[in-house]
Amino acid sequence: MRTIRMRRTTRGVRATRVVRAAAGAVTAGVFLLLGGTVSPAVADSSPSASPSDDGSGDGSQEGDAPTEAGTSFRTATEIEQGQKATASASTGDYLYWSFPADAGGRPTVKATVKLPDSARSSATWQIDVYDGLRRRQACQYGAQTRLAGADAGAVNLSCTLRTVRAWSEQWANDPLPGTYYVRLTATDLGTADLGVPVNAEIRVDSKDVGGSAAVDGSLAEPLVPGIAMTTEEPSGDEGAEGSDESPTAVLSSLEPDDGWASGWWSDRWVWTAVGGILAALAGVGGYALTRGSGRPSQVPPGA
Amino acid sequence: MITSKRLAAGVCALLAALAAGIAVPTTALADETTAQDPPKVDLVLDVSGSMRARDIDGDSRMAAAKQAFNEVLDATPEDVQLGIRTLGADYPGDDRKTGCKDTAQLYPVGPLDRTEAKTAVATLTPTGWTPIGPALLKAADDLEGGNGSKRIVLISDGEDTCAPLDPCEVAREIAARGIGLTIDTLGLVPNAKLRVQLSCIAEATGGTYTSVEHADELTDRVNQLVDRAAEPVVVPKGVEGAGACAGAPALQSGLYTDREEFGQQRWYRVDVLPGQELRASVSVAADRRVDPSYGLLLRAVTVHGREIVRGEAAGNGRTDVISTGLRYPKAELDDDVEDDVKPAAETVCLQVTNSFSPAAGVKTTPGLPLEMTIDVVDGPGGSSDVASFGLGRGWWLLGVLVLAGFLAGVLWGWLSRWRVAVWRTN
Repeated sequence: MRTIRMRRTTRGVRATRVVRAAAGAVTAGVFLLLGGTVSPAVADSSPSASPSDDGSGDGSQEGDAPTEAGTSFRTATEIEQGQKATASASTGDYLYWSFPADAGGRPTVKATVKLPDSARSSATWQIDVYDGLRRRQACQYGAQTRLAGADAGAVNLSCTLRTVRAWSEQWANDPLPGTYYVRLTATDLGTADLGVPVNAEIRVDSKDVGGSAAVDGSLAEPLVPGIAMTTEEPSGDEGAEGSDESPTAVLSSLEPDDGWASGWWSDRWVWTAVGGILAALAGVGGYALTRGSGRPSQVPPGA
Repeated sequence: MITSKRLAAGVCALLAALAAGIAVPTTALADETTAQDPPKVDLVLDVSGSMRARDIDGDSRMAAAKQAFNEVLDATPEDVQLGIRTLGADYPGDDRKTGCKDTAQLYPVGPLDRTEAKTAVATLTPTGWTPIGPALLKAADDLEGGNGSKRIVLISDGEDTCAPLDPCEVAREIAARGIGLTIDTLGLVPNAKLRVQLSCIAEATGGTYTSVEHADELTDRVNQLVDRAAEPVVVPKGVEGAGACAGAPALQSGLYTDREEFGQQRWYRVDVLPGQELRASVSVAADRRVDPSYGLLLRAVTVHGREIVRGEAAGNGRTDVISTGLRYPKAELDDDVEDDVKPAAETVCLQVTNSFSPAAGVKTTPGLPLEMTIDVVDGPGGSSDVASFGLGRGWWLLGVLVLAGFLAGVLWGWLSRWRVAVWRTN
């Protein structure tokens, strides 16, 4: 009911997100009043995802995870967060994937390379993450580079990015909402090991960091390469994502499941509102304490 | 609950309005990538005498290649224009000069007739020399024309026998023509010299090299490469940057490609209106052997030479590309400017320099491939100095609010008590 009403008054994925967020705020606020602590998980999971969400048409489901990888920024294979993408390649290839990351999330990229038995020497494998401006992004932690011995069967790599902020100074290199690129490659290779078949697996997951990472401000558009060219066509929310049926190539057609956050929602609304309510209650309590009950005790009943 | 719903609806409406404002079409952008020609693939097969060797799954290399071709021809997507070229298929003699010209188009690049192509493949018998360089040049000519993606898949079992024409340099020159061509190579023998040569060819054009030891690997890989060609890709537009900002080409939103020599600087210009944000990212590819430490600098500079913002990148070790980017939001004009005066666009000069250095004995021309994305979006990102609308979070905040509320309540209680007392005495 709630969703239907809201969809009539607003349009687009962004709006759906707002409705959900607002509903989440209310629920979370009630929850907090009942003595729980607010956590981002609460705000996210309490409103059951309405079936109308499917209408926004995220093209790829779990079932059809990509089985290919691109070989350059331009040809990077697009993956959704939470999807396990695979690719078969040769050692020496540079494999590229891209995924969307939104404000308030802290993405972790995990990659596994299955090495062939015929590898003759050890090699160092590495994942690099770049943002939508192709700037390299630092990993907070995780084994970004790992040496695979000659007899190793597989290498596991991982990279946890900094929290994606809604806004940053133009001179800063902070992660911003938009497309992210992952490059997987071997950084040193003897010629004897070039061209040997390997299999790679990659998966990106985000931890929702919540309001502690909230900043005031937002980008006009997420850092999606080529967005100035794609916003030209009438931005019908349904059609824009159907990249598989439209032959027009775009640099990046990625969008998070529920659209890009506008940057205004954070659990700080709940904290502040609940704080206000508690303050009001405390005020009433303080008043009752000093004002006494009803009339001053010295006043005789007939006065 | 109802109030909060209404509030949410209000916020929604506001947001929708904002979104609509953002989505207003920007200036007419030169984007010529919309109508794209079908992708073209040329399979270049080595039919030299050495393909007779029986070392792939106990069968001859030629048999493996034929089997792979048959399967690939069956699986080729409809919209791919596929051609087949042979090298060393016709001249069995010993004359090097003739042998090194021996490359022929077995099946022309165009709409695929599967049976015809298969029949043509079946006639092949291993014969002559291995003129890889000339074959690549001819293959590039086969693919000439159209703006779709182009790919050469080279399958060979021996290094080029036609020095001094280095196939690696041939590949680099083909790439420098700016026709967006990629060469992928497959080596049928685990041989160090072949490996070096084929991976060099692949590297020069941003392609891949694979060493194949089994027939099914060959089929899978060629299929994969043909499928890759079929995927729609934005084709960059060629542009030539200038040596200084003054004569630099003016760019609009789009994807561009250029060449930059070692130590060279390239300048471009972009016009940014007040209230717009410029986003530029640039990649310089190492398409030949370079020294292991390198860097890239992208600067946004005003026409007077003041630096606005820069993007830097540095790295070491084996790499295909180094890239960086920058963002320049230009603030809105103040309100007191009259509405009918069209605000003047600011010209931002973009300077790209790289600090790659060539490894010993590597040719420095043509320059390294440079790829550049320019996005001019409406509405710069805004912020104020408060954190998230001045909202707070955490137990300290709650504590302070509760304490302040309590104190206010106590004070109010005292006040009203005092007022009653005053009223009573009067």
